[in-house]
Amino acid sequence: MSPTQIVFWLLSVVALVSALMVLISRNPVNSVLWLILTFFAISGHYLLLNAQFLFVVNLIVYAGAIMVLFLFVIMLMNLNKETEPQKNKWLKLTGAITGGSLLWLLVSIVRSAGDMQGKAAMVKEGNIGLIDNLGKILFNEYVIPFEISSVLFLSAMVGAVVIGKKD
Amino acid sequence: MTSLLAFDWFLVLEKLILIAVVIFGSLGVALYTTFAERKVAGLLQDRPGPNRAGPFGLLQPFADGLKLVFKEEIIPNTSNKTLFILGPGLAMTAALMTSAVVPWGKAVEIGDRVVSLQIADVNIGMLYIFAILSLGVYGIMIGGWASNNKFSLMAALRGASQAISYELAMGISLIALVMVTGSLSLREMVEHQMAEGNLWNVAYQPLGFLIFLICAFAECNRAPFDLPEAENELNFGYHQEYSSMKLGFFLFAEYVNMFMSSVIMSTMYFGGYDVPFLDESTLSTNVAALVGIVALMTKVVAFIFFFMWVRWTIPRFRYDQLMQLGWKKLVPLALANMIITGAVILWLQGK
Repeated sequence: MSPTQIVFWLLSVVALVSALMVLISRNPVNSVLWLILTFFAISGHYLLLNAQFLFVVNLIVYAGAIMVLFLFVIMLMNLNKETEPQKNKWLKLTGAITGGSLLWLLVSIVRSAGDMQGKAAMVKEGNIGLIDNLGKILFNEYVIPFEISSVLFLSAMVGAVVIGKKD
Repeated sequence: MTSLLAFDWFLVLEKLILIAVVIFGSLGVALYTTFAERKVAGLLQDRPGPNRAGPFGLLQPFADGLKLVFKEEIIPNTSNKTLFILGPGLAMTAALMTSAVVPWGKAVEIGDRVVSLQIADVNIGMLYIFAILSLGVYGIMIGGWASNNKFSLMAALRGASQAISYELAMGISLIALVMVTGSLSLREMVEHQMAEGNLWNVAYQPLGFLIFLICAFAECNRAPFDLPEAENELNFGYHQEYSSMKLGFFLFAEYVNMFMSSVIMSTMYFGGYDVPFLDESTLSTNVAALVGIVALMTKVVAFIFFFMWVRWTIPRFRYDQLMQLGWKKLVPLALANMIITGAVILWLQGK
């Protein structure tokens, strides 16, 4: 195994285990902390693909901003009780079956998609995730979707302010 | 297994040595910053400051450190034990991680090998610093929450909302800086400022620097923005339940943060290891590196003194004033600065 492969398997194990721990832990604060670890592991995968910009933006946006807000809200709501009300056993089983089928569906769609056939990940040599290449592509080829999504964010922000405002 | 061993082992070794030197160097500087803080406080308040341990009181930080180590370690019964221990560790780790992308000097020659004085020259250096900065909140938040004390929780929430608010203005002021230098790599930023005919970035971005400076004070939780540890409202702040070296870690991380933000401000706005009016290319590599490190450290010491000067001069803000300054003054100012910078650059290109 090459060092890259070792790092890949290590990151994958960390990502999967911490993602499972998000679901398993009883304490919501612990769940949030495990989720932060998951984001770190996924960012590490970006780094293996030489997508440095995506790596750091994933950390800034998800680990640095969104998760801080999550933690903030959970701490304020004081959900730190170890004893959460237990759900019905049948409800749990149904949830597991439907969630599992969705996962199966998604994996099979991704595996059989035409774009994915016969392609390998460009480990260490891909350069689309470097900041200058990504910027040029975003502002040349994809400029309209990019602008539309930023307008969407702006309207969501204005909407949140309007809802949150006391009249 | 052969591919596993096909490393440039010398490179690994030199990076490990560099990392060790940088980490212990930062800790050493932070150690003596605590001493300097008390001396400067003494100077500003017309009293001698610590002067008993050793000549001029120089052994005082070691005495303080020993005291902290030998204090009884108390973990409250009602606290969340894992997170209680994790909090100070995270605060310290985040404070030290920033140093990885800072260019401490150009390069030194050992034998016929040129060793770069930067741990990692990544082309997203500035964003990396920004990411680590945004992770610094977790130490405070987790520590404050795990203490299971209402004062600590209040302080932790204050600290987090303060950091989030000021990150925004800081990020926008950095965008204007990137437009001027055209690179996110700290090394290229310094080279750009050193180049013939270019001034330091502070000359092109005075308003951006001012905004960045104010935000740096807020991000380090330094006075006048030390709301998370406002004694008269919150007893002792987020580290109220902590004792012994865990308390020491929290206090110490603040000084490491102060050192790191001084380094970053000197690098980004004040030319880093550049000596004004001196052409470094005329010197030999090793002499240039030494001169560069001395120049950077001089700027850093000046910044640290400024941090302390402000702390012992200006009273603390009220919480609503803090939020108002961040959201209603700094963010619009930073946005205006960004637009003006972009317009001027376009105008200069069009000429």
